[in-house]
Amino acid sequence: MGLARAAAIILSKELRAEFRTRELLNTTVVFVLMVIVLFSFTFDPTSAESRRFGPGLLWLAFLFAGSLMLQPSFTREQANDTLAALRLAPIPPVAILFGKILTNFIFLLFAELLLLPVFAVFYGLHILPVLGRLLLVFALGTLGITTAGTVFSAISSQARMRELLLPLLLLPALTPVLIASAESTVGLLGDEPALPQVWTVLLVASDIVFLTATWLIGEYLLEE
Amino acid sequence: MAAAPTNAGLGVQFHQVEKRYGPLLALRRVSLTIRAGEFVALLGHNGSGKTTLLKIAALLARPTGGRVEFDGAAGKDASSVKRRIGLVGHNTMLYDELSAEENLVFFGRLYGLENPAERAHAALEPAGLAKRRGDLVRTFSRGMRQRLAIARALLTDPALLLLDEPAAGLDREGMKWLTETLARLRNTGCTVLMSTHGRNEALDLVNRAVCLEAGAVVRDAAAGPDLQAALQDAAREG
Amino acid sequence: MNSRGNWASTLAVAALIGAAGYAALFLAPAERTMGLIQRIFYFHVPSAWTGFVAFFISFAASIAYLLRRRPKWDWLAVAGAEVGVAFFTCVLVTGPIWAKPVWGIWWTWDARLTSTFVLWILYLSYLILRSLVADPERRAVTSAVFGIFAFLDVPLVYFSIWWWRTQHPQPVIGRGGYLDARMYAVLFVCWAALLGVMALLIHHRYQLEALRYEVDEMSIEADRRS
Repeated sequence: MGLARAAAIILSKELRAEFRTRELLNTTVVFVLMVIVLFSFTFDPTSAESRRFGPGLLWLAFLFAGSLMLQPSFTREQANDTLAALRLAPIPPVAILFGKILTNFIFLLFAELLLLPVFAVFYGLHILPVLGRLLLVFALGTLGITTAGTVFSAISSQARMRELLLPLLLLPALTPVLIASAESTVGLLGDEPALPQVWTVLLVASDIVFLTATWLIGEYLLEE
Repeated sequence: MAAAPTNAGLGVQFHQVEKRYGPLLALRRVSLTIRAGEFVALLGHNGSGKTTLLKIAALLARPTGGRVEFDGAAGKDASSVKRRIGLVGHNTMLYDELSAEENLVFFGRLYGLENPAERAHAALEPAGLAKRRGDLVRTFSRGMRQRLAIARALLTDPALLLLDEPAAGLDREGMKWLTETLARLRNTGCTVLMSTHGRNEALDLVNRAVCLEAGAVVRDAAAGPDLQAALQDAAREG
Repeated sequence: MNSRGNWASTLAVAALIGAAGYAALFLAPAERTMGLIQRIFYFHVPSAWTGFVAFFISFAASIAYLLRRRPKWDWLAVAGAEVGVAFFTCVLVTGPIWAKPVWGIWWTWDARLTSTFVLWILYLSYLILRSLVADPERRAVTSAVFGIFAFLDVPLVYFSIWWWRTQHPQPVIGRGGYLDARMYAVLFVCWAALLGVMALLIHHRYQLEALRYEVDEMSIEADRRS
């Protein structure tokens, strides 16, 4: 069975399971909301300066949320050793990773899009004129976060102290994605809205690097 | 149930297989040939290496030394071989948050079955789970989960069926069903490798017994009085 | 390398370091504004380059391990990463030592220092990851995969931080771009010396890992025989 088909089957299973309980989604949304509120205590959201800080804080919140919600991706499979069942199946092992990357991407993006209007209201931002390009930035940034996040989650699930290890591995590695996403968002929400080319290219490059590396060496993480 | 096709069983050979987990040697240079269609009992205490041997046969674990080979598979690649293997493992390997039917359909699709929904439905009936097919596995008893795990292994008409202490948690009805199913499989030529710790009714179907101790094969008894002796010894110790 | 070889190479590297230190202190021309402290530049900058070389060695060894699965590649991977972290620590320490007398502040978020800091943490995480995985083969595989991701990330980190600094320039605290030819010469002598130190450290760290492995193997062999 091909990689794409197997990943799609795994994606549909994960979506079905998650939408039944929605526990991951709910927790992520509430967490990001909480972080945004906490940030606003340290910076005054209404000042002009906060227009510059806001996007950076938003992406930090997404990054933190991501590094927390990505861990269950693999630890959930350890309960009844369902990961073994996936590895037993006649599918390319890396399909398991890609299925989960897609799942996490959809969940995180969904949570981000729910929070975008809230964020715009808090910080008095005009997102409608740039909505399309903003969604592009969100998609590219989130893809970077979830690709690295899912792979590192597979790594940390084999270690002790995994809840602390995943953010430790992920946050420094995602510095380029964080900077590029935040700067792109700032560019789109500034006085002269424009999509910064260099940052967008950097996001695309990061995504390509992470996805290609996953495709080439990801399967080794699933061996026993 | 759809007419069971004759399984030209899969044969598996272990050549000097060694498996290390860090400082622990789970298997020490095990060489064993299991011919297609054999029904082999794998006997031994906990920690003797039975589970590891089964995992290697299922291509779930890679040997750290030696190799494992199969004959009777369509292709030599891992996917073709895995397509024909069914495993009932130590853990149920089922998703608690999905229903019994959803679990089977999911795995059926992963194995490329043509009508996963129909096959799932057909597999649940003899396992006695048809009435509970829409219920989440989380609500199942131990015995029901074990039956579902066995149904899942059988779903894809395996040519090599690997069972790791399948009687664990099964009630009398379930054990009866398992024994009947294994008898049927034996008659169609499926290769069966079943590990067991103690007494187990399905052992009556066995035509060979391999005993493991501390990761090595200490006894290999084919049909006849030798086999009966081996089984009795195991039953006594178990 | 036997004991005599060890001594010889250690002395050779020590001599090279001595020469480099002499060159940096006495042979390099005085810099126009910063005075004596500027000479730390001859170790600050090459330390970063050397750390980078060590990380590259770790990267190549990680790839080799995934392809070949021979333990010696894992030993080289961890040796390279640890020595790289050591050199980057030097960069992070010499930076403030230089900055304080010259610019009055301990830390500047300039591109090089910031990138170094991020990468230092990244490879520190690599080492922490290794300490948290018990099974040796799993440890080797997971750290090889992470090590490859980390190294591929290095250019992305450098570029993103550099471009960010370009977009948001700080008040000028630059290092001054102009380097006299003699300065280049001393710089490269120092780099050569540091590469010598790096090679020596990697070698010894590799040997240490090899010894640990040998001890483990002996106990397994004893177990196998019984």
